[in-house]
Amino acid sequence: MMKILMLGWELPPHNSGGLGVACYNLAKALSGQGINIDFVIPFKFEFERFNNVNVLAATNININETLKSGAYESLNIDDKVFYSGNNHLSIRDVQKEYAEYVDKYLANNHPDVVHAHDWLTYEAGMMAKQKYHIPLIAHVHATEFDRAGMQNGNPLIHEIEYEGLMMADRIIAVSETTKRIIHEKYKIPLSKIEVVYNSLDESYNEKYEFSDQTYHYIEQLKERGYTIIATVGRLTIQKGLSHLLRAVKNVIDRNPKTVLLLAGDGEERNRLIQLSADLGISKNIIFTGFIRGKKLRDIYSISDIFIMSSVSEPFGLTALEAAHHGNALILSRQSGVSEIIWSALKYNYWDEQKLADGIIALIDYPVLQTTLKYNAKEEYRRITWNKIAQKCINIYNGLSQGQR
Amino acid sequence: MRAICLYLHIHQPTRYRQYSAFDISNNSNYYVDEYGGRQSNERIFKKVAEKSYFPMLRLLEKNMKQFPEFKVSLSITGTWIEQAEKWAPELIEQIKRMVKTGHVEILGETYYHSLSFFYNLEEFEEQVEMHRRIIKDTFGVMPKVFRNTELAYNDDLAKWADNKGYSGILAEGWGKILGWRSPNYIYKPEGCSQIKLLLKNYRLSDDIAFRFSNHGWSEWPLTTEKYIKWINMECLRGNLINLFMDFETFGEHQWKDTGIFSFMDKFIHDWLSEYDNKFLTVSEACKISEPVGEISVPDILTWADTERDLSAWDSNSMQKSAMSDLYRIRNNILDTQDKELIRDWRYLTTSDHAYSMCTKYWNDGDVHAYFSAYASPYESFIYFENILKDLDYRLHHKNKSPY
Repeated sequence: MMKILMLGWELPPHNSGGLGVACYNLAKALSGQGINIDFVIPFKFEFERFNNVNVLAATNININETLKSGAYESLNIDDKVFYSGNNHLSIRDVQKEYAEYVDKYLANNHPDVVHAHDWLTYEAGMMAKQKYHIPLIAHVHATEFDRAGMQNGNPLIHEIEYEGLMMADRIIAVSETTKRIIHEKYKIPLSKIEVVYNSLDESYNEKYEFSDQTYHYIEQLKERGYTIIATVGRLTIQKGLSHLLRAVKNVIDRNPKTVLLLAGDGEERNRLIQLSADLGISKNIIFTGFIRGKKLRDIYSISDIFIMSSVSEPFGLTALEAAHHGNALILSRQSGVSEIIWSALKYNYWDEQKLADGIIALIDYPVLQTTLKYNAKEEYRRITWNKIAQKCINIYNGLSQGQR
Repeated sequence: MRAICLYLHIHQPTRYRQYSAFDISNNSNYYVDEYGGRQSNERIFKKVAEKSYFPMLRLLEKNMKQFPEFKVSLSITGTWIEQAEKWAPELIEQIKRMVKTGHVEILGETYYHSLSFFYNLEEFEEQVEMHRRIIKDTFGVMPKVFRNTELAYNDDLAKWADNKGYSGILAEGWGKILGWRSPNYIYKPEGCSQIKLLLKNYRLSDDIAFRFSNHGWSEWPLTTEKYIKWINMECLRGNLINLFMDFETFGEHQWKDTGIFSFMDKFIHDWLSEYDNKFLTVSEACKISEPVGEISVPDILTWADTERDLSAWDSNSMQKSAMSDLYRIRNNILDTQDKELIRDWRYLTTSDHAYSMCTKYWNDGDVHAYFSAYASPYESFIYFENILKDLDYRLHHKNKSPY
């Protein structure tokens, strides 16, 4: 049986975003196809063993501490401090402990491939390759360029990312968009990069019932003829939200019965509140704060239109979640998900007029809204985690044959 | 005698640009995109003229001079003539010369390349009349044989054309309506008195129009020897081979480097070098024999897709609402007698627009997507409906100039 050492930073339910969800589903699908997986995470927690996946904790750090930071931060990672017993640890310290743990693990275990998810685990992956000669796969869910909204980002993270990508035997990118960034920014040959898209979290197939009790006010607005638009994600520069607000302002000028829900939290929050006030649309914008689970699904359920306005979005799982709940999608062309969903309106993230045009059309032409909702539902189902796992297995096989 | 009836369809739509909701009531320029734009009619026309219209017309004229027996039939839409007059008037001059020799026949159809027959008969008749006039004015001839847009055909259309005195009408020789019968004979549409029905031999036509450059096709590459052998086989079941296709097949759908021009050049030569082989125009083809039987087509038959129906233009709900929104305002538009307004409205009846809203196969990355001037069927629908709103605005602000 093929054995894979998977290096990750989080797993649900203790995750701060899509990285953990993707890792969990991938590991589960792989083990369902007979792959034996040891999955390392940096924190201590009693995990259920799922299929053939062993979850291993690299440190003694309390789970709630790690959640505060990590996978999605860019510039100020040095400020993050973890408390482990009496020690204060920075994220770099945690990464070091993580790599030491992997080192000890490899002294006694002999996996066929090391599969490392995002820069946080690349150092451990490179160590495995250098010291134990195990083929390394770097799986890119986001690059530092994405996290920094295509601006400069953190030089240290760039360096680790660059080294990891250079040293990896194969790279998995979550979209063509990400593949292009890896190639253009880090000069990695295209032939080394494989695109493997993500799919919807399988918990979305489980029974869910919308309760209109969660958001009374919005429900009432709908009854009064309002159109509800939603966007879900961290409120950071990467998400292109000021463009979105200005576009929505143009829509509201024509159609005052329009409401935008911003679900998420982040460093841009206050600036965005200020901007909506400056644009005079505060009463049409609702900041829900960070939400997850059923409350998030209720947001999707109550919305008519979902917008992904990102300046750069490696994949964009929230769009699939929204499609699942019957939203019509408007996607920036800079998102990975726009490569696999055809039945959506698409625009370049800076093109505020085209975005406004799309929203207006969806409001004015109900037949367009229904058609998009229906067709997108047909499309997102095409990519399944089993197909994704199969692609990864093909990559593993190619590696173990080529390298030995 | 064995005869080939070669009929080529020449058309360019007047594409609308990405007409924004913010343009409504502010700007009534629907059809002129900037030159570099995706919907620039001028840029597209000039490109296709270079790649297809000029070289293919040259090839046809050269062969006509060389072989007095070589003949071809053309259908030319009003929107194409308008564009050619603006951006490549030499094309019109060349076709005029060829028509004068009597070796080129021009068919009747709608001016705007519309499917109006199925939406509004009055509009259809006016567009056919407009087309007759522009063909007479431009080329000095009157069409005698009728072809409807996309070869969309049914018994009602045949009766209409019969009443109007056309000597022939064209349709797809689709197996489902023919059954065991061969497309290589003359038929009579059921319930008609005079008119003859010419049926496209779709296998031999599509060998050139669609499969010619397909390396995955087991018969690739297609040589004239092989093709003439197939025609000879076909001639065991009738002596009239109707090859109907888009003119743009030559040079635009099949690029020059596929060898399509030299194939055609050699094919004309090789075919005519055999004894008693001929080319006929559509009118001549109608006269070669009496009908061998009657054919009834109650449901609409077209030459598109594997379904051979109207589903590429009129199946999804966007197309249906676009068409009903369009034809609903017809009378109001015509009542204004505002020529510009009426013309702007009529451009929207061109079938290419509804086709670009087709979602069938669209997300499989098929030809529908490849040939579309819009990023998606949804966008095309948006611009179309936005323009209708501005037309409606102009209807109600007749006294103020919209420009």
